[in-house]
Amino acid sequence: MSLVPEIDYGTPASRSEKMVTLTIDGREITVPEGTSIMRASMEAGIQVPKLCATDMVDAFGSCRLCLIEIEGRNGTPASCTTPVAPGIKVHTQTSRLKDIRKGVMELYISDHPLDCLTCAANGDCELQDMAGAVGLRDVRYGYEGDNHVRARNNGEINAKWMPKDESNPYFTYDPSKCIVCSRCVRACEEVQGTFALTIEGRGFGSRVSPGMHEDFVSSECVSCGACVQACPTATLTEKSVIEIGQPEHSAVTTCAYCGVGCSFKAEMRGEELVRMVPWKDGQANRGHSCVKGRFAYGYSAHKDRILNPMIREKVSDPWREVTWEEAYAHVASEFRRIQYQYGRESIGGITSSRCTNEETFLVQKLIRAGFGNNNVDTCARVCHSPTGYGLGQAFGTSAGTQDFDSVEHTDVVIVIGANPTDGHPVFGSRLKKRLRQGAKLIVIDPRRTDLVKSPHIEAAFHLPLKPGTNVAVMTALAHVIVTEGLANEAFIRQRCDWSEFEDWAAFVAEEQHSPEAIETFTGVPAHLVRGAARLFATRGNGAIYYGLGVTEHSQGSTTVMAIANLAMVTGNIGRPGVGVNPLRGQNNVQGSCDMGSFPHELPGYRHVADDATREIFEKMWGVTLSNEPGLRIPNMLDAAVDGSFKGIYIQGEDILQSDPDTKHVAAGLAAMECVVVQDLFLNETANYAHVFLPGSTFLEKDGTFTNAERRINRVRRVMTPKNGYADWEVTQKLAQAMGLAWNYSHPSEIMDEIAATTPSFALVSYDYLEKMGSVQWPCNEKSPKGSPIMHIDGFVRGKGKFIRTEYVATDERTGPRFPLLLTTGRILSQYNVGAQTRRTENVVWHAEDRLEVHPHDAELRGIRDGDWVRLASRSGDTTLRALITDRVAPGVVYTTFHHPTTQANVITTDFSDWATNCPEYKVTAVQISPSNGPSGWQVEYDEQARQSRRIAGKLEAAE
Amino acid sequence: MNVHVAGGDVEKRTLAIVGELKALEGPLLPILHEIQAEFGFVPQESLPVLARELNLSRAEVHGVVTFYHDYRDHPTGRHVLKLCRAEACQSMGGDRLAERVKALLGIDFHQTTLDGAVTLEPIFCLGLCACAPAAMFDGELHGRLDDASVRELVAEARR
Repeated sequence: MSLVPEIDYGTPASRSEKMVTLTIDGREITVPEGTSIMRASMEAGIQVPKLCATDMVDAFGSCRLCLIEIEGRNGTPASCTTPVAPGIKVHTQTSRLKDIRKGVMELYISDHPLDCLTCAANGDCELQDMAGAVGLRDVRYGYEGDNHVRARNNGEINAKWMPKDESNPYFTYDPSKCIVCSRCVRACEEVQGTFALTIEGRGFGSRVSPGMHEDFVSSECVSCGACVQACPTATLTEKSVIEIGQPEHSAVTTCAYCGVGCSFKAEMRGEELVRMVPWKDGQANRGHSCVKGRFAYGYSAHKDRILNPMIREKVSDPWREVTWEEAYAHVASEFRRIQYQYGRESIGGITSSRCTNEETFLVQKLIRAGFGNNNVDTCARVCHSPTGYGLGQAFGTSAGTQDFDSVEHTDVVIVIGANPTDGHPVFGSRLKKRLRQGAKLIVIDPRRTDLVKSPHIEAAFHLPLKPGTNVAVMTALAHVIVTEGLANEAFIRQRCDWSEFEDWAAFVAEEQHSPEAIETFTGVPAHLVRGAARLFATRGNGAIYYGLGVTEHSQGSTTVMAIANLAMVTGNIGRPGVGVNPLRGQNNVQGSCDMGSFPHELPGYRHVADDATREIFEKMWGVTLSNEPGLRIPNMLDAAVDGSFKGIYIQGEDILQSDPDTKHVAAGLAAMECVVVQDLFLNETANYAHVFLPGSTFLEKDGTFTNAERRINRVRRVMTPKNGYADWEVTQKLAQAMGLAWNYSHPSEIMDEIAATTPSFALVSYDYLEKMGSVQWPCNEKSPKGSPIMHIDGFVRGKGKFIRTEYVATDERTGPRFPLLLTTGRILSQYNVGAQTRRTENVVWHAEDRLEVHPHDAELRGIRDGDWVRLASRSGDTTLRALITDRVAPGVVYTTFHHPTTQANVITTDFSDWATNCPEYKVTAVQISPSNGPSGWQVEYDEQARQSRRIAGKLEAAE
Repeated sequence: MNVHVAGGDVEKRTLAIVGELKALEGPLLPILHEIQAEFGFVPQESLPVLARELNLSRAEVHGVVTFYHDYRDHPTGRHVLKLCRAEACQSMGGDRLAERVKALLGIDFHQTTLDGAVTLEPIFCLGLCACAPAAMFDGELHGRLDDASVRELVAEARR
C-alpha cells in the first residue's frame, strides 16, 4: 500500500482543441493551445521548480522559481504564465537559470525558520523539495536581519512576527512559515469562491490575512480546506497532521455527507485516519471539498459510539449488552412471533440513505424475501420522493438529468428551494465559479440566501415568495414564456407530445396564472417574475437546480412537474449546461431509491405488481414475492398506533428526529413490540428501541454510494469496523438467523446480484468501477460508459409529457392564532439531524439552532436578538433563541434542525405531498412569543431520553 | 492608534460617499480617497460597509487599504509633511535634512507633534528627483530644500 499518486501540473488544463507542438529540453511534446510551458513540461515528464503555481488555481507568476529560457527570446520568462507556441525550443535548466533560482531560494530561506526536523510538513513540504531541487547549500544573507520568524530580535520585540492562529478547530495558520505565494488566497477565491483571505500590506511586510486581520474563525472563512491543500509549506496545516504525522498510505473513497458525493483520499497511518483530502480526479468534486467531508469525520471515533449489541424488554429499562448471536436470535424470534401473532404484514423496515447501495439492497431483500411483504420505505420519503414521482411522470425516469460538470456550460440558472452554498457546498462553489464567469442567476426562495448576494455573486432576480406558493410562481414563469412567444417550439414539436403541450399551454396562458394575478398571495412583484422568465427563456443554456424547498410541500410533486414543464418549454433538456437537477440531500439517497427502497417498487423503479420483474427476483432468491405495495413510513406509524403494525428494523435513520410531527412518531414507535435500530449512536429513535445493533461508518466498509448525478462511486474500507462488522454483514447475519440462506463474502457479490437483476446497472461491477473510477447509471449495453446526460435524443418515456400544474393552497394557513410561516433549512457546518456533525468540532460554528425572525416581527412582539422565544404551531411548541435578521421576509421565520433539543419537528404538521406523502416541512403556521426557557415537552423529552439511554453496568452515556 | 468615530455616523457618511461614486468603474479607490478626505483617515468601521455595498469580501477591502500607505487608519495632525527618502534625495543630503526636520519638530517619522499641528511621514519618490531633496507639504511639492527653506516649512506647519 502507498499513497495514491497525484501529479501537480502547475497550471489548469487548457480546453482548446487546437494542438501545438514544441520542444522542451530536446523532447518534442504536443499539447492543447493555451497550455502553459510549465504544464507542458510536466506532461513531458520534466518538473520545472515552482512554488506559487499549483494546478488548482490559475498561474500567478510571483515566486520567480519556474523561470525558463526560450531560444530566440530575451530574458527568462516564468513557465507558469508563458503559454506554449508552435516550434519554440525551451530550456528548463541552464547555468543562468540555476543561478537565478538559487538566489531566489536563498532569499526565501533567509526569512524562514530552519526547524525542518520538527516541522509538521516534514516530508510534505514543497519549499523543502525546491531547496533540494535547486541545490541550495548556503544562505549568503544569513538569518539575522529583518524577519518574520522570531518573536524577538536581539531581545527586542519583533513587530513583524505574528503568533500562530489556532482558532480554527481543524487547521493552524503559522505566519512565520509563510512565503506569501498567495496560493491560499487564490484557492479561496478561485476554487471556493469565498474571498476570505487576502494579502495585507506590501513588500516585505506582506502577510496572509483572513478577513480584516482577524483570526480564521472570526473571518469569513468557511473552513473548506482549499487553502490548506494549496499551501506548499507548513503555514496552513491540518491539526491532525501536526498531532499524528504524515500519512503513509491512502485509498480513494466517497464522502458520506451530502448528495454531491465528493471523492476523497483517506490518508492513513496504519489504521489511523490522518486526514481526508479531496481527490483531484473525483468526477463530482474535481478536487474540492467542504468543511464536513474534509474535516468532520471525528464522529467515527467518538466516545458516544455504541460498539456492542444491546437488548431490553421495555423501553423504560436500561440497555443490556449482549453478544451478536443473542441479538440476532432475539430479533429473529421476536419478528417471527409478531408475524405469527399479528400477521405477515405486521412488521417492516426502513433502509438507510446513509448506507451503501449494497446494504440498502440487502435490507429491502430481507424485507421482501424474509418478512414476505413490501413494508419497506426509506428517508427519501421525507425528502425527494416527489422528485422521483414528478420526473418519472414527465420524463420517464426518477433522477436528475445532468452531471455536475454540466454547470460549466450553463448560461442562466434557476435555483429554487435550495441553498447550495450551505447544503451542497462543493456544488455551490462550482456554481459560483460559473456565475463569476458571467452566467446569470435567478433565485426563488423565501429567504435571502448567500447566492442572492455575497462577494462577487449577485442574483439577477430574487423572487422572495411566500412559503407554499412554488407552484403558482413556476406556473407564472411558464405563463410569461408561453404568452410572450418565448417557447422553443422546434424542441417541443420534436421531443414532446404536441397535443399535451397545447393543452398545457392553454392552461398556463389563462389570466389567473399571470404574474400580476398571483402577486397578491405569492408576495412576488409581477415585474420580477416577468423579468426572470424572459431571462431564463432567452439567455442560452438554462439549468434548473432545486432542493427540498421544492419537494417538502403539499404540492411537492406538482412543483417538480412544473420544473420539468419549464425545462421542456424552453428546450433545456438533453445537452450539457441545461437540465433539471435535484440536489439530493444525503450521500446515497439516490442509491437507496434505486435499490428498491419504496414499498411499491423493486430495484430499478419497477412496480411490484409487474409480474416479469417479480419473476426475475423470485427466480434468483427462490421465494414468492408479494405483488401488493407495502406501507410507507407514515402508514407504518399510523398502523402501529392502530395496533396492526408491531415490529420494525430501522437501519441508519433517525425517524424520531427527522420525520414530521414528532409526537405522532413517538406514539407509533411506543406502540410497537420490537423496534430494532441499527446506528452508530443511540439516536433519538433508539429511545423507543428494544434492540440496538451497532453500525459501522463509511470508513469501515466496502460498497458504493450513488450521488445526485446518478454517479456510482466506490466506498473503500480503510479500517476495521470498531463494532466488529460492516452493516451489510449484520443484515446478512440477521437474515441467516431468520432462516434465509444468504452467503455473501464481499459487497462486490451483492453488486453483481444488483447488476444481474436491474437493467440500469447491468454493466456495473467492482472491477468495472475500478477501471472507470465511477459511472453514472444507466450503465448497460446501450451506454456502456454510463450516462452523464440523460434524454439526449429523446425522453426515456418516449415523448416528454407536459402536465397541468394547478396551484392549490396548502391547508396549513396562517390565521390570527398562528400568523407567521415557519420554514426550515440547513447550515454549512452541520448535517441534517446532526448525529455526526454535532460530535465533531463543527459545533464551533453552530452550537445551537436559532430562529431567524425579521426585525419587524420581532419588534412587534418585543423580541430582541438572542432572546429565548416560544415557537408554537397547531401541533406543538418548542423554544429556541431568536436571531433577528432581514434575510427572512416579514411574516416568515426560519430555523435549522440540527440539534435534537430544538425539536423543530414537534412543530411541523402531518400535512404531506398529495402524491408521495412527502411531509410538508417547509410550511408551518406558527406564532412566536418571548419565553424564559425550554418548553414542557422539551423538559419531559430530555428526561425520557436520558432515562432511555442508560446502559446497565455503565456510567450514563453522555450526550 | 485607532481612533473611533461614533459607529452609526461612520456608516451613514460612508454610505453617502458610496452612493455617489458606486457607479464608477473600479469604484473602490476613488471611494477610499473620498472617505479619507471626509474623515481624515479610513475608519476601520467603514470597511465592512464598503465590502457589503460593493459586494466584496472584508478581506479584499482590507487587502487594498493596507496595500497603499496613503490610506491611514488613524487621523493626522492638521498638516502633513512628507519627506522624500528615495535614492536621488538621499544622495543630495536627504538624510541630514530628515534629521534636521525631526529635531525641529521633536518627533520621528510616523509621529504627530503633541499640539496636533503636524505629522511627519517618509515617502518614497515624489518624482521630483531633478529638484532633490524634495518634500510634500499638505499636497504641495517643495524642491531643492536646504536648512533655511526647511525651517520656513516647519514654521508654517507649526502655525
